[in-house]
Amino acid sequence: MEAKKGARILVIDDEKQIRRLLKVSLTEHGYEVEDAPSGGEGIRQALTYKPDLVLLDLGLPDMDGLELVRRLREWSKVPVIILSVREAEDEKIAALDAGADDYVTKPFGMGELLARIRAALRHAAGAGTEPVLAFDDLVIDVAHRRVTVRGQEVKLTPTEYELIKNLAAFAGKVLTPRQLLRAVWGPAAENETHYLRVYVGQLRRKIEADPSRPRHIITEPGVGYRLL
Amino acid sequence: MPKDERRVDPDALLAGLGPEKERGRLTVFLGAAAGVGKTYAMLEAAQERLAEGWDLMVGWVETHGRPETRALLAGLPVIPPRSLSYRGREFPEMDLDAILARHPALVLVDELAHTNIPGSRHARRYQDVEEILAAGINVYTTLNIQHLETLNDVVAQVTGVKVRETVPDRVLENAHQIQLVDIPPEELLQRLKEGKVYVPGQAAYALRKFFRPGNISALRELALRYTARRVDRQVENYMRLHGIAGPWPTGERVMVCISASPFSAQLIRTARRLAEGLQAEWLAVNVEAPRRFPTSEAARDALARNKRLAEELGAEVVTLAGDDVADELLALARTRNVSQIIIGKPLHSKYWEILHGSVVDKIIRQSQGINVHVIPGKVGKEPGRGDKGPAPRRGNGSTNRAAVPLVPHLAAIMLIGLLTAVAAGLAPVLGLVNIAIIYVLPVVFSAIRWGTGPAITAAVAGLLTFDFFFVPPVLTFTVSDWRYLFSFAIFLLVAFLTGSLSARFRLQVTSYRQRENRTAALYALSREIAAVSDLMPVLESVTRKIAETVPGKVAALLPDKSGRLQQHASSDSHGGAPLDDNERAVATWAFEHGEIAGRGTDTLDGAAGLYLPMRTAKGVHGVLGIRPDSPDRVLPPEQRRLLEAFAGLAALAVSRIQLAEQARDAQLLAESEHLRIALFNSLSHDLRTPLASIIGSVSGLLEDEKVYSEKARRDLLQAVLQEARRMHRFLNNLLDMARLESGMLRLHKEWCDIQDIIGVALTRIGEPLAGRPVKIDVEPGLPLVEADYVLIEQVLINCLDNALKYSEPGGRIRISARRRGDRLEIAVADRGIQIPPEDLDRIFDKFYRLHSPRQVSGTGLGLAICKGIVEAHGGTIGAANDPAGGVVIKFSLPLSKDAPDLIPAAGESGASGPPPEKGWSGEGPACEGGAHGG
Repeated sequence: MEAKKGARILVIDDEKQIRRLLKVSLTEHGYEVEDAPSGGEGIRQALTYKPDLVLLDLGLPDMDGLELVRRLREWSKVPVIILSVREAEDEKIAALDAGADDYVTKPFGMGELLARIRAALRHAAGAGTEPVLAFDDLVIDVAHRRVTVRGQEVKLTPTEYELIKNLAAFAGKVLTPRQLLRAVWGPAAENETHYLRVYVGQLRRKIEADPSRPRHIITEPGVGYRLL
Repeated sequence: MPKDERRVDPDALLAGLGPEKERGRLTVFLGAAAGVGKTYAMLEAAQERLAEGWDLMVGWVETHGRPETRALLAGLPVIPPRSLSYRGREFPEMDLDAILARHPALVLVDELAHTNIPGSRHARRYQDVEEILAAGINVYTTLNIQHLETLNDVVAQVTGVKVRETVPDRVLENAHQIQLVDIPPEELLQRLKEGKVYVPGQAAYALRKFFRPGNISALRELALRYTARRVDRQVENYMRLHGIAGPWPTGERVMVCISASPFSAQLIRTARRLAEGLQAEWLAVNVEAPRRFPTSEAARDALARNKRLAEELGAEVVTLAGDDVADELLALARTRNVSQIIIGKPLHSKYWEILHGSVVDKIIRQSQGINVHVIPGKVGKEPGRGDKGPAPRRGNGSTNRAAVPLVPHLAAIMLIGLLTAVAAGLAPVLGLVNIAIIYVLPVVFSAIRWGTGPAITAAVAGLLTFDFFFVPPVLTFTVSDWRYLFSFAIFLLVAFLTGSLSARFRLQVTSYRQRENRTAALYALSREIAAVSDLMPVLESVTRKIAETVPGKVAALLPDKSGRLQQHASSDSHGGAPLDDNERAVATWAFEHGEIAGRGTDTLDGAAGLYLPMRTAKGVHGVLGIRPDSPDRVLPPEQRRLLEAFAGLAALAVSRIQLAEQARDAQLLAESEHLRIALFNSLSHDLRTPLASIIGSVSGLLEDEKVYSEKARRDLLQAVLQEARRMHRFLNNLLDMARLESGMLRLHKEWCDIQDIIGVALTRIGEPLAGRPVKIDVEPGLPLVEADYVLIEQVLINCLDNALKYSEPGGRIRISARRRGDRLEIAVADRGIQIPPEDLDRIFDKFYRLHSPRQVSGTGLGLAICKGIVEAHGGTIGAANDPAGGVVIKFSLPLSKDAPDLIPAAGESGASGPPPEKGWSGEGPACEGGAHGG
């Protein structure tokens, strides 16, 4: 699955050097890039430029990044990737819960950013509906509710299966505990993060070669989980 | 006294220079008698000073209406006296506070010997003058020679007039200059006749008697001699200061033996004169012998006063306890190298001496090499020093034996009666001789219990009953056999001797017990406060101990930041009533001057309490206030000395604590200074180094891209990336540290799976771990721990980072997690270099770096951050050297008791969850033994 060539990306960041870096790098990788130095300008650009993806810095001078995500979500389903610093885990979660699709922590590597862009564009294009999802040696057969690791079937409880199915549906994308809990246990359980800790632990013991160094279910510290 | 005659004694040198440093200088216009023109001379001198441009003020001058004197006063600025009312009348007094406030360079204070009106700050004017001098103001004053304390007796002997207002010799000795104002006696008498000499109405007769030519000549001689001796001493001082050899006084030492007798005061003055003449130190010694132990309150007060007089006159007061006065005195004289002993001629009768032995005789007989001066005593009342109106607290010193209680005598007689009843029953068995011996028992018992009197009563009663009931003919007092009379005599003698021996023993025990109590109290206090490092407990101990020793209320007052005294501790459990303004003023005076003040002292005697400064060499730290329960008693000097010792101990403790606080502050300051330097070094090194390689690489690539091969370009870019990451790490560390230190760190606690955290940390470290054997050993079934996921991950990363830095590239790293009681313990062990045991704790300090053979780059903040984070979680962190090699860093986190256990199946988040799912062991949330590849 290659990223859609020529996709249009809008970069909203007040730092000129970051905008320059992103514009140069992303253009070199075949994307069309526009940039906006402020939230207000970003919204205007999103309206006129109709980007396929938005890279949004949370620390804008004129507008709370979270607010921008909400306003954008009022009329658009365009994938939004948050750019944020390390200490701002709460902001990231809030932005993700408000509808942002993913996040990248500054300073980031270009490879990491490109992977996130590709994953987000893929989901926006309606990925994740295939009947069989493969992640290297991990294969999830959604149609038959079967999970195999290195060709061997793994017996999962219904809850474990629901969890890995939800993770797999948004493969490559970070999911917040709230999102996962709502999807698996229902809205009433969205604050019971320990459910997740326990079941992620169980799942890892079943599907990871080394549960202490997981390769599939990745924890994003303080933010959520991601299936790779 | 320097033995080497040419050597300058540093103390002598200091004494020569010391007092002139800050104190004002005192000039005394000394005269032989009133009317010689002292005031006139003083005013003349003042006019000269005024003409020289001195800033001088008249504090107090008595013109006695003499026109010449008044004329001289003209033109001199005067500080108006203040008016004090005493017994309904107004008296003008020198305004001490106004003088201190005005602070001129020189102040004139007439009549140094004057006694202030009660209610003034000090009892005596010379004390006012001392305070003025202490404030750095020069003083001109006047004094008649007969007012000098040590000459008091001499003057009384010569003139027959006892002068009540005396001034301690030290005041005159500390004077910078003495101006003798002298006129021939004839002229003085002439002036007296002309009415030029002021004679107060009521004392007119006495004074006329005083002004006889013989008297005036004698007084004049005294004044001249005093001044001459002073000049001598000044010359001597000069010679000594300049190392000029001369006939120095030998190492004389004078000892005076004192008791509660009123006659002792005279002895003390004599000793003082002798000591001064010899330029010798002197001791005033009191022996607490059982026989001479002052039993009455009045006698003890008299002794106390005598000791204080000696102290004031500069003696070292020594109190000895012993059986034989003469032996004790001589022993002390020998140990202290006393050369002169002054002792009073005994006042008691010859018979008394035959019975008890004469102390004077014994001392004279055994005093080889020591001069003994026996001073004849005068029987009669000793007039008090200074006149402070009615003197209710003055006893005549004789031992008060008037109120002998009858009860002990009656009890002794009853004992005899009881014994007789018993003995009557036993008589046939024991026989007469044994019964006689039994009768000694009540005598000895009475002696021990009640003293000599009841013992004698018992002896006589015993003798009579024994005679009456047992000696034939029975039931009569007649004795058939005359040999019984001899037995009776022996019996009485034995009874009397044992009785008096026991009584002496009893007194001795009492006196020893008192000393013992004092010593014990001091010892207990010093032990109590020695180890305490907080102020309040120390002050509480001190006030409590003092209240135990001196019945009354005790408070400790310390200055606050503005220097105002505040009550800090009180012996009263209710905190005690705060001091009223008067008492506070007295306490403040004691604090500011570092001298004792208040009740029973010469300063502010009207106060209800006694105020002792807590003084050390470093200054006055506070004041101890004592308000005795019995208001009319003078504290005996022993008790006052004990209080002073208490105050000294308290002062030491307070100053020790204050010093410790200062040291702590200084250390904190030094530490923060050290930290700042370390931070600067770290910043400049850890930020500049990576920047240098980044800028170098990138600028190189930008300028001559074509020079570099593809591989070289990659290498350079790799270096840029690596260095940028290093800077990133460093900044993160600095930020973490800043957050921890500023208290901005907020814990985001959530349920964490420690295995998950370990995995994330390992992933996050990434590349440096490649090629490292990492063993992860997580105990199965560990509960979730409530912690800040991101921060604990940071702790693990820092620990791992540390392990990577201090071990060889191929060295194994082991991470383990296990439950230890109610804690989760995580350990990171490496096989690297060990830490010196003394540094095991220091590795968690900021900017601490181990000296490693490997070049280790890092901020020195990693483990300090770990410590901060772990402790914020209520956990502990520590390092240990593994005996098998390498270092283990262990940290533990508290496990919550209410860890979540039941987890519903998917879509069932209701409170009452369904039974555990298939494959769910149900034993605990994390106990799932998953079927790998089942």
